[in-house]
Amino acid sequence: MEKKIRILIGKPGLDGHDRGAKVIAAALRDAGFEVIYTGLHQLSESIVEAAIQEDVDIIGLSILSGAHMTIFPKIIDLLKQKNAEHIIVIGGGIIPEEDIKKLIQMGVKRIFTPGAPTNEIVDYINSIIH
Amino acid sequence: MELLQRFLKGEKPAIARVITKIENGTDPKLLEDIFPHTGKAYYIGITGPPGAGKSSLVNAIVPKLLENNKKVGIIAVDPTSPFSGGALLGDRIRMNDLALNENVFIRSMATRGSLGGLATKTKDVALVLDAADMDYILIETVGVGQVELDIAQVCDTTVVVLVPESGDAIQAMKAGILEVADILVVNKGDRTGADRLILEMKFAFELRVHNTGWHYPILKTTAIENIGIDELVSTIKSHREYLEKSGELEIGRKKKLVIRVNELIEERIKTHLHDYVIDQKQLKKMIDKAYDRKITPHYITDEIAKKIF
Ligand SMILES: Nc1nc2c(ncn2[C@@H]2O[C@H](COP(=O)(O)OP(=O)(O)O)[C@@H](O)[C@H]2O)c(=O)[nH]1
Ligand SMILES: [Mg+2]
Repeated sequence: MEKKIRILIGKPGLDGHDRGAKVIAAALRDAGFEVIYTGLHQLSESIVEAAIQEDVDIIGLSILSGAHMTIFPKIIDLLKQKNAEHIIVIGGGIIPEEDIKKLIQMGVKRIFTPGAPTNEIVDYINSIIH
Repeated sequence: MELLQRFLKGEKPAIARVITKIENGTDPKLLEDIFPHTGKAYYIGITGPPGAGKSSLVNAIVPKLLENNKKVGIIAVDPTSPFSGGALLGDRIRMNDLALNENVFIRSMATRGSLGGLATKTKDVALVLDAADMDYILIETVGVGQVELDIAQVCDTTVVVLVPESGDAIQAMKAGILEVADILVVNKGDRTGADRLILEMKFAFELRVHNTGWHYPILKTTAIENIGIDELVSTIKSHREYLEKSGELEIGRKKKLVIRVNELIEERIKTHLHDYVIDQKQLKKMIDKAYDRKITPHYITDEIAKKIF
């Protein structure tokens, strides 16, 4: 059986809607990926633990609450602690340009800003996973 | 350290990776290595229509199963989209209470190529969790139709979950869902219609009591309020006791091994047929002839069979 790309879509933080995350999750499924969706209000610890147990290739985080500068570094840090740095972290949300730069430096692979067409995300994922 | 060693030490990333390898079929020898470590876990299946509350029930019963320092492995199976080959696996949304528990391992699986609701590889993945020293293995599958039979072929105790929403009772009987249930649960007991459904099911379900000593109980639960959960867990445990005392556990597990071997043989024959026996070009030509009604599908079959027998 062929290898399937597996992606965890997480919605950390306190903001109360996950429409965006669900739309992305459905689009990724339609692109042929196996998408694990963990729901709202996830602790960073839960997201990382789930990503490990599900052996995903990618964690995609949707953050709208403005907490991106605390959550992304925490996830990256936890992945390091758990020897799971092979899992690629990408994200989406309303994130200022200068923060994006910092996050990329910290090890986030790519940030998509709102309005990024889903096929752009799909193409990107296909291009980084072989 | 080698993957297998880390696996046997119970490291979760290693367990996860072994599952992936088994699921992708990339390392056949791995199953040989782990198989001697299996056979200790107790397998529980949870099946029923989408939205019945299966994941919520898992979330509610697992803390009880964890008592006395037990370990629980959960496999949540959801269908692969036949159009894209992708899958949206959302059972974890309802299993939040378990996500960080050290003694719990949760794996979501898509059905991938298999026709039934139980991924062809689910049985092997369950073996992985068994070898990983889990005391209980819970397998959640969407049950619509034929698929329920699949889950009963793996599990010692199969729990079928229904809800008071319209049509379930008739649906269940049509789908043969009752045939595989050891325990029937009517969830969403907080909704109107739950008691009526129980009455409706009682008659049908109790007809199952053929020549076994098991009494096929029907239970009412409200998963999201933790109501009826103690009773469900103790009923699962008494079913286990019944199986162990009557000797049915051993008989059942041997039957399951026979089924598994048959399945694997069929799989192997199919692949062999497809890859080595059937000449696809020639087949296509014959299909064109059959389309023009010059030869029958039976004739084609005879031609192919000649190469084997
Ligand atoms: N009212 C009520 N809702 C429930 C109950 N159990 C689960 N639910 C809800 O039913 C929906 C589907 O639950 P889920 O566990 O995901 O069902 P599954 O598809 O069978 O795994 C969720 O919104 C749950 O919160 C219950 O006992 N009562
Ligand atoms: Mg579910």
